[in-house]
Formats: sequence, structure tokens, C-alpha cells
Amino acid sequence: MALQQITLHVNGEDHNLTVRSADTLLFVLREKLGLTGSKPGCLNGDCGACTVNVDGWPMKSCLMLAIEAVGKQVTTIEGLHNTPIQQAFVEEFAFQCGYCTPGFIMNCHSLIEQHPDADGQTIKEWLESNICRCTSYIEIEKAVKSVLRKD
Amino acid sequence: MEVIGKSVIRKEAWDKVSGRARYTNDFQSVGMLSAQMVISPYGHAKIAGIDTSKAWQVPGVRAILSGKRYPLTGEAIRDRPPIAVDKVRYHGEPVAVVVADTPSQAKTAADLINVKYELLPVVNSPTQAFQKGAPLVHEHLGEYKKEEDSLPVPGTNIATHIKIRKGDMEQGWAESETVVEASFSFAPSDHAAMETRCATAEIQPDGTIIIMTSSQAPFMVKRLLADYFDEDMGKIIVHTPLVGGAYGGKAAVQLEVLAYLASKELGGKPVKLFNTREEDILTSPCHIGLDATVKLGADRNGKIKAAEIRYLWDGGAYSDKAIDVTRSGTVDCTGPYNIANVWCDSYCMYTNHPYAAPFRGFSHSELSFAIERTMDLLAQKLNIDPLQLRYLNAIMPGDTTPTRVRLTKSNVGDLRKCIEKLRELIQWDEGPIKVINDRFIRVKGVSCSWKTSTIDPNAPSGAILTFNRDGSINLMSGVVEIGTGTKTILAQILAEKLKMDVDKVHVRMEVDTQTTPEHWKTVASRGTYMAGRAVLEAAEDVIRQLKEVAACVLRAPEEDLEVGGSRVFLRDDPVIGLHFKDICYGYKYPNGNTIGGQIIGRGNFVLRHLTGLDPETGEGKPGPEWTPAAYGVEIELDRRDYTYRLVKACTVLDIGRVMNQKAAEGQVMGAMSMGLAFAGRETFYFDDLGRVLNPQLRTYRPLRYGENPEYVVGFVETPQLDSPYGARGAGEHGLMGMPGALGNALSLAAGVQLNHLPLIPELIWRAKEAKHHASL
Ligand code: FES
Ligand code: FES
Repeated sequence: MALQQITLHVNGEDHNLTVRSADTLLFVLREKLGLTGSKPGCLNGDCGACTVNVDGWPMKSCLMLAIEAVGKQVTTIEGLHNTPIQQAFVEEFAFQCGYCTPGFIMNCHSLIEQHPDADGQTIKEWLESNICRCTSYIEIEKAVKSVLRKD
Repeated sequence: MEVIGKSVIRKEAWDKVSGRARYTNDFQSVGMLSAQMVISPYGHAKIAGIDTSKAWQVPGVRAILSGKRYPLTGEAIRDRPPIAVDKVRYHGEPVAVVVADTPSQAKTAADLINVKYELLPVVNSPTQAFQKGAPLVHEHLGEYKKEEDSLPVPGTNIATHIKIRKGDMEQGWAESETVVEASFSFAPSDHAAMETRCATAEIQPDGTIIIMTSSQAPFMVKRLLADYFDEDMGKIIVHTPLVGGAYGGKAAVQLEVLAYLASKELGGKPVKLFNTREEDILTSPCHIGLDATVKLGADRNGKIKAAEIRYLWDGGAYSDKAIDVTRSGTVDCTGPYNIANVWCDSYCMYTNHPYAAPFRGFSHSELSFAIERTMDLLAQKLNIDPLQLRYLNAIMPGDTTPTRVRLTKSNVGDLRKCIEKLRELIQWDEGPIKVINDRFIRVKGVSCSWKTSTIDPNAPSGAILTFNRDGSINLMSGVVEIGTGTKTILAQILAEKLKMDVDKVHVRMEVDTQTTPEHWKTVASRGTYMAGRAVLEAAEDVIRQLKEVAACVLRAPEEDLEVGGSRVFLRDDPVIGLHFKDICYGYKYPNGNTIGGQIIGRGNFVLRHLTGLDPETGEGKPGPEWTPAAYGVEIELDRRDYTYRLVKACTVLDIGRVMNQKAAEGQVMGAMSMGLAFAGRETFYFDDLGRVLNPQLRTYRPLRYGENPEYVVGFVETPQLDSPYGARGAGEHGLMGMPGALGNALSLAAGVQLNHLPLIPELIWRAKEAKHHASL
């Protein structure tokens, strides 16, 4: 399959890469950039473990081709540092095995950016795209609500 | 207690929220090849031919493994070819493995392998498997190598048969005025850990075999590889980093074998095999199914006098761990009730379904569904409050279990206290039914459970402590961090014992079987108990050594010394003492003379007094303690279309001692969530060819955010005296009562007996229709 030279903008840095047209963003992040925080859980859009932030919006990186991300700002979990949502996940025990956690945090992070005063319904609409098999979601709910703007 | 019971932040917390936490598939080296399986599309078929010629033409292909007879594998019975030959026995079974430079090349080649199948009649349920004349899944059952206590019956589909014969059934039935009997069933389902299984293998020129795997049992991988393939055990090193959820499913050894074979085929080159979600659901071992019949008899006061039980477990195509699961389900077959006369036949059946691994609760959520539904039927017939019936028959110290273990307060806890607490937490006394309007009705159901862990009687756990020069301590234990937070709890146990700051305890998360002391397997909610005991012993060892050096330096007898705050000091004058950092690598006198030396603590633990089971009566001691629990589930049923909403789920368990409040609550709530999903929606849908129709997370649906009910967790603390700080196992128990409680609530709400899982609206509708037609 044809290879392409592309430049991806990830976590504030430009990366020149050679990729197959069929390579997903998830594959390239993990295998070419070593950013293994984004996880494969289904490679099918069902689980959300691979969620990253593209131009401010959550995106399942298994559903996006790397070549589609050219010219966009991609943020992965490795691009977050000591953010309030990470802190909240730690304090509320909002993970156990941690495998779903980067995806959940990236989704929550985008939600907080897009809807700083999201209500319960909006939170549900956003977060039901990710699966956590370990926790009861109560902990995640507490974590995200603790960071959203309180009125 | 300074540290025990506190919600100490997990040691690996920041790694997990920052993407730094690494799991098996996150390790990739240059030159590591990718393996891709070709799997059977049918449940039962003869392999008539495999054509790999096209696949070989794909660039990058390095090896194709197929059609070769490798040694048979399997834990209880060696019945499983790692790669199918002659025939396939389940949908998803590996028939070939392709190794190529990249995953996409391997996939392309795998898709080009042409396997010809001739369909064979399918065994599609354990009940069918049990029938005379059923097609045989294994024609040569009598010829397999096996463990002594596996009891297969050649010429049938019975992989093992475990019996309980306790008391006198005739007398039991004679004393029973009220008798109920019912049958229950559910198909296999899946663990659906978010991390799919992954294994890598590499064989170095000197023969050292290096495996990395997402496993609950790295030490078992080492043993089995040595056993199966006659390898030198000392040359096998198994690494397990963090594991992304396991729930029992990663206690089985499977991909490691394939990765090893693939690497061997290639002269030892590193090979990675990573399950897609579909493979993880189909190919790798699943959650066992069950067909059960339960008959209970009680006297007029509701005291249960007799129980006759038949369990047909759906072990699937290979017996691997299903035999252990069957045994475990047999020893606690009655649920947590004191019954003098018990007759149980528990069969592990071969079928043409994916084979079973342990599942959180190890057969107990499954048997609980059958028992707890029958308890409600009995309560109804006796006209006794169902919670009261459970209270009345609750197992207590002095009673004996089905395998005739005499119970004590320490080893069985206090079920009645759990029931009492549950009664309050779910406001049971308001009554179970609340009619909202014509359409909606809110109903509560209850259940109870208990569980011991039938692990190997000689299962070991070890711990090693080393010091850093600043006096902080490194803790090494073979427990795998699968998400339960056990390693943080071990750090708490150590910090409590040494009265030191838990932040000064560093826990090694990764396990490698060469340098980490063995912990048998990270299963059965046994981490805290067994590894905790080992850590306590290691702490004693360290204290003894620290005091020895300090006594010399301080010129004081060891008996006068205390340890605390990373210091050894005089009990009556704490100012006089030494910091760990001054003695943990020996004490150096001003002139350079040094005494003592590096302090290394070691501890180990092995369970005591466990035995095998008598093959005729089941008598024996299968596990060290039982954790009892009581549960309630409240649902809101829409009587128009039989959809329902989970309102509230409650678990009260006798945890012995809460070691870490938030972690314990998280474990119990997470388990409830899994139990509700298992009970309410998760199952494999099989077609006539034994194919699983829903091997994806869009058709196989765990609970999602917002579908969860409100959770209530209650703890009773009756210490288990031989466990660290009295703690009992707690990782599985929130799950076990959910199917029973949900089934009881929905049956009451819908006015029909719901005896099958999953409890989906269609099932309720069908049961209503059947009842309606029967009454016409
Ligand atoms: S891996 Fe992308 S949604 Fe599951
Ligand atoms: S923490 Fe394990 S899947 Fe979410």
C-alpha cells in the first residue's frame, strides 16, 4: 500500500512521519510516536479507550485515519499535565485497572472545555461513549462533576 | 490504626491518569514481529484441508503455523491442541497462526488462508451434552493426560463429576413439609476486560525464554510452558506489567503458548500476539454457562431440611479451568445456608462453545442465581418474608458446609448481621412493592451469598523487602496489579506494621518470575490475605534485623527498642534512636568500621489445613474462610413493554476489616456493576452451528455511564483472625448476589418466574406470554 509523508501536530509538537494511508491515528500515535496512553479496546468505535482530543473535540482515534489528522491539533493523554480532571480522577478513585482511564479523561477534558457548565444529561450523553468495566461510574461521575463549573 | 482503613491513594494512580501506565501491548521493540490467528468460523467441524499458499505470497510473512501436532495443553486435562488439528471444537478456535513483520501484513495473509471444513453435529448446551447419544466433543477422552482429581467419563461429554453426599436425604425429605423445585439456565458470556489479552515471546540463543503477558498467573505460565514443552523452568522468565482488567479471564494460559510456538518456529525471534476484541471474546476463554436444577425442602417453620442440586456447567470445548470452577461451585453449592442433608451432582460438561475461564466469583454468582431464585420460590410457598427465610437459615459458626467443614466466627463471619444491615439500607420493612402508577412499579429483590476460594492447598505467596539508602523501602510481591489495588494495600500493611509513612514504601508493580517471589495466582480475592501475611512476615524479619544493629549501636537490649517513623528508638526515651537510613545498609562508626550490612526482609505464607475432596462424598476442606454477603436490588418495571430501570443496588458484606475505604467501596460497586450487566444483558447468542453471534462491544453490551443504578455499600467487620488486620476477601463479592436479587425483583414485579439469564425485556415478555397461554 502506498506510503505517505505527513506532518502531525501532536501535543504541541510537529512530527514528520511516513504512514500508510490506511493507518489509523491510534496506530500511528502508538507505534510511530510511542504515545501508548491511547489504548486499543475494540478498534471499532465501541469502547472509547482510544479517545484523544482533535481541535478541541473528543475523537476516537481508532476511527480516524492518521492522514485525516493532518493540519489538526491533536492532544493525547500524554499532553495533559496535572490538570484538574486528572487530579479529580486520582482523588475520587475513578479508575481501577486504568485501561479505560486515558480515554475517559480525554473525553472528560473535552467536555469540560466545550461545556464548562454541563448538566447531568450532557455529561451522560458525552460519557456513555466510553466503557469502564472496573468501576461503577459513580466515581467517574464524582470526578467530572467536581471539576465542572459549579453554580 | 494509622494507615489501615484510610483511603490511601493508589501507588500507581498518577501513572494511570497520565498515560504513563504501561500494559503488555504498550511494549514494542524494533524487530518484534506480529502474529495473527486464523480462527474457526464454526462450533464443530472437521478440518478437511488448509491451503496457505496464497498467504505465503504476502510480503513480510515469516511463518505460518498450522496443521502441526503440538503437545496437548490444558490445566486439569490435557485435552487442547494449541492450534486445532483434525477438527475444531468451538467458534473462535485457532486453526493457524501467521507471523509477519507488521500487523497489517499478518492480517492480510491470515485472510488468505483457505481452510476447508466439514460440519459436524453441534453440542449447543450442557443439557444436550448430558443426553445419551449426544455427539461427542472429545472422542478420545480416556486417553488424555490429566490431574488426579479430574474425573472424566470416556464415551460421554462429562469432563468431571463432583459429588456432595452429606447427611441423610431420606430423613431430610421426611422432615420437609414444603418442597420446591425449579430449573435455571444461562449461556456463557464474557469478561470483557477493556485490555484484550496480549502475549509476546522471545527465545534467546542460550535458550532463555522471555514471555510478557497480560496475565493473572505469570508463575503458572512459567510452570505450564516448562511442563507442556519440556523446557527448563529456570530458563523461562515471564513478565507481567499492569493488567487492564482481568476478572478471572486472565488466569487461563493460552496466548502465551501460541506466542512461544511462533517464536520457536522463527528461531526465537520476538513475536507479539494481541487479541482483537472479537478474538478476545471468541478465542480466549469466556465466562461459564450453567444449567441447574434445585430442589429444597423445609419444615413448617421455614427451616431448610434438604437440598438436592444438579449443576451442569458449560465448560465449553476444553476443560482447562472449568473443572476447577465446577469444583468450586460444588463445595458451596447450597449458598450460605445451614442444611443438614445435601445431595449435589455437579458436572463439568464439554460442549461446542468457547471454553471457560474463571469469572469473578468463580462459579458463585452462577450458582447463587439458581439457589437464590429457589429461596424466593420457597419463601413464597411458605408464605414467609424472603429476607426472613434467609435470616432463619443463615449459615453460622458451629454449622458445617456441604463438604463438612466446621465453621467458626473467624472463618465464616456474620451473615445475619449482613442481613440486618441490608434490611435497614434498602428500607426493606417498607415492603418490596411500590406501585407508582398503572404503568410503573418499583420492586425490591434480595439475595445472599458466600464464598470460599478453592485454590491449591499448597499455593504459596512470598514477599521481599529491600531498602533504599534514604531509609525508604521497596516492596516486591508476585501479586499482579489487575486493578484491585492490592499492591497499595500491601504497602499499607507494611507501613502500618512498621508505623511509617506509606509514602516511603515503594511498590514494584511489574512482576517478573525470575526476581519477584512467587504469588500463586492473582485470583480468588486472596491477594490481601496471602500476600499480606507474607508482607507481615517480611516486616518482622526487617524489624528483627534493624533492632539487632540498633541494639549494638545504642548499647541497649533489643527488647527495649521500638520501630516507628522510619526509626529504631528506645521505648522509654524515643529521642535516643537511629534513622533507618543510618542502619539499613549497615551502621558505619566514625572510624569507618561497619556492622550489619544490607537489610533484606523476606516473608512467605502458605494456607494451612486445606485438603482435596473425597470423590464419593465431597468431604474435605477446600478453602480457608468464607465471606458472606447480603444484597438488595430495586428496579422500576414498565408493565407496558417490560423494560426496566435499575434504581438501586446494595451489597452488605462481612469484609473482616476495611483496609482502604474508597478502594473497598470501589471494588464492591464495580463488582455490582458487572453482576448487574451479567444478570441483565450479557450473554453469548449462539446459532445452530454453535457460532457466537455477538462478539463485539456494540452487540455484547456491558453497562455504560448513566445506565448504572445508585449504589449502596455496607460493611460488617467480623475479623478473620489469621488474616492481616482481620481482612477477608472482597474483590468478587459485590457481583455474586446481583443475578439472584435482580431475578427476584423482576419476577415479583412481572408476576412470573424468571429462571433464565440475561433478564432482558424479551425474556419477561416470553415468560408472561407462556403463562398467559398456559392459563387459557
Ligand atoms: S479502540 Fe477506539 S473506540 Fe474502542
Ligand atoms: S478502570 Fe478498568 S476499565 Fe475502567
